[in-house]
Amino acid sequence: MTVSDLVAQRHELRPRSHAGAAWRAAVAIVSRDVLVTRREIASLLVQTLAQPLFFLFIFGKVLSSVGTTSPRFSVVLLPGIVAFTVFLAPLQALSIDLGRDLSFTREIDDRLLAPLPVTLVALEKVVLAAARGLLAGGFVFPLAYWVLGSSYQVRTDEIGVLIGMMALTSILGAAIGLVMGTIFPITHLSLIFSIVITPLIFTGCLYYPWGSLGVIRWFQVLTLFNPLTYASEGMRSAMVPVQNWTPESLAMAWVVLVLCASLVLSLASGLKFFRARVLS
Amino acid sequence: MTATTQPTAAIEVERLVKRYPKGRTNAVDGVSFAVRRGETFGLLGPNGAGKTTTIGMLTTMVVPTSGRAIVAGVDVATDHIGVKQRIGVVPQRANVDRSLRVSEILTYHAAYHGVPRRDRMARAGELIEELGLEKRSKEKLDLFSGGLQQRVMVARALMHEPDVLFLDEPTNNLDPQSRLFLWHRIRALRDRGVTIVLSTHDMEEADRLCDRIAIMDHGRILALDTPEALKALVPGGTMLELRARAPEGITLAATPEDMPSTSPDDRVLAALKELPGVTRVDRQDGRPHDHRELQASGYRLYADGRDPGTLLASAAQAVIGEQAELLDLRLARPSLEDLFIHLTGSNLRS
Repeated sequence: MTVSDLVAQRHELRPRSHAGAAWRAAVAIVSRDVLVTRREIASLLVQTLAQPLFFLFIFGKVLSSVGTTSPRFSVVLLPGIVAFTVFLAPLQALSIDLGRDLSFTREIDDRLLAPLPVTLVALEKVVLAAARGLLAGGFVFPLAYWVLGSSYQVRTDEIGVLIGMMALTSILGAAIGLVMGTIFPITHLSLIFSIVITPLIFTGCLYYPWGSLGVIRWFQVLTLFNPLTYASEGMRSAMVPVQNWTPESLAMAWVVLVLCASLVLSLASGLKFFRARVLS
Repeated sequence: MTATTQPTAAIEVERLVKRYPKGRTNAVDGVSFAVRRGETFGLLGPNGAGKTTTIGMLTTMVVPTSGRAIVAGVDVATDHIGVKQRIGVVPQRANVDRSLRVSEILTYHAAYHGVPRRDRMARAGELIEELGLEKRSKEKLDLFSGGLQQRVMVARALMHEPDVLFLDEPTNNLDPQSRLFLWHRIRALRDRGVTIVLSTHDMEEADRLCDRIAIMDHGRILALDTPEALKALVPGGTMLELRARAPEGITLAATPEDMPSTSPDDRVLAALKELPGVTRVDRQDGRPHDHRELQASGYRLYADGRDPGTLLASAAQAVIGEQAELLDLRLARPSLEDLFIHLTGSNLRS
């Protein structure tokens, strides 16, 4: 076989169009991530479900059993725990993973040098992190059923809305994770978590319904600046049975609008920061 | 796609410049060169010379500030995907995917590049065998030595049959054995017709592996030629080292006080200096190898280097003409290091 034969043969291997090449590369990167996720599934679930488990147990079971909270509290708590899980799991996984990768392991290089736009590599990371968050969020339901027993009450007629809310929240978490992983050096990340994530969680209406905050008006207004509030309230309206709880809440249109706007904003800036970080 | 089948240069670079946003000077400052198809091309220079930035621009990871670069017929500024399809990169630092096993690192890399499943399995098998990784192909890389990781990265870069292979300081931090192994592999690739661009600050590596070398410093190319031609650029392109022993009787008789103004050693030195083509002669304080050589002196001749044979003969003649005994005579070629010092005034490692 001559060299020109080899060259010709070599070129037949290549997809004809750039779009085709990029598509095949993206599919291969997804399948790589699926393989790695499958292998790490046990540790992934332990990592993401330990906190929801103990939250449900203490706040949903123990405190209501000893009479500190009303039994109804667990009903409004569960949507918050689901929101917390699907938001935070992808956020943490993506930001730490990416921070580590861009700072020193550079394992991402091989994918950056694959024949696809580098922003697509970042987008794939967001989608996969969101999918893993969604998976973890799904596991919260059987966990809650097991921990809460008879206090487990979730309406089933809004399941489409619930899945939509979970998906939107997890992609938002992943997109914010992308921003954090690209703009902060890995060494600062745990500090950033304390400064940004802790306030975000405690002002995000995860552990209390927004409508009940009417008595502390200034705080109720403050929570409106946190996208997690909309995620929690959206989750509540899709999960809490009508007969149990119908206080004042945020309109679904507002919930979807704010979540979508936050997603577009964080995703666009995350992709921009990512591009700037990997292409010098 | 058609451009690559034409017999054009593998790489063409014209006045390529990179200035980083916070940089006060250009990291790469207007370099131009062309790499022929099948050639092994070296970028030799100290750390910070701009080698890695140059490779970064040619591999689409660094955006050029100005200038033009064509890799395998594709413009790096306008067609990142096209360039990435045609190149393989072995980076300076290990960046292997630690979540995957060795064989998977190879097959997934090929999958990213659109190599069909059957081909990537076969190719991974071949490369694993070729690079001596059979026993560890099912392992993850955590416990691998630097040399083994380097082999995996070389195998990975070859999985999609790139037209041009970039190796950025590939043997940096490798043990001597791994270094030799990699050199052997690189030469085998060259023999197979792969175009290779190699950056290094190791003169021996550049000298042994490269068909042509660009010597870089402060973002510029100072010289570009074959290793032999580059070494001939050193003023006094030929060096001759010789050791001679002056006539015994005279040196022993002379005490330091009544040493004649021209000692036998000085006369040898003077005779050597008068030889045609010789530009400089240095006395060397060579350590004597045994008692017999106690009175021997070492000399180093720099000559224009047109005809080393004649120089050898006439130098021997000159020594014998002074009744000294010639103990050793050999040609010493100037090294790339000599050239680098000549061009920049500083040592390559400093």
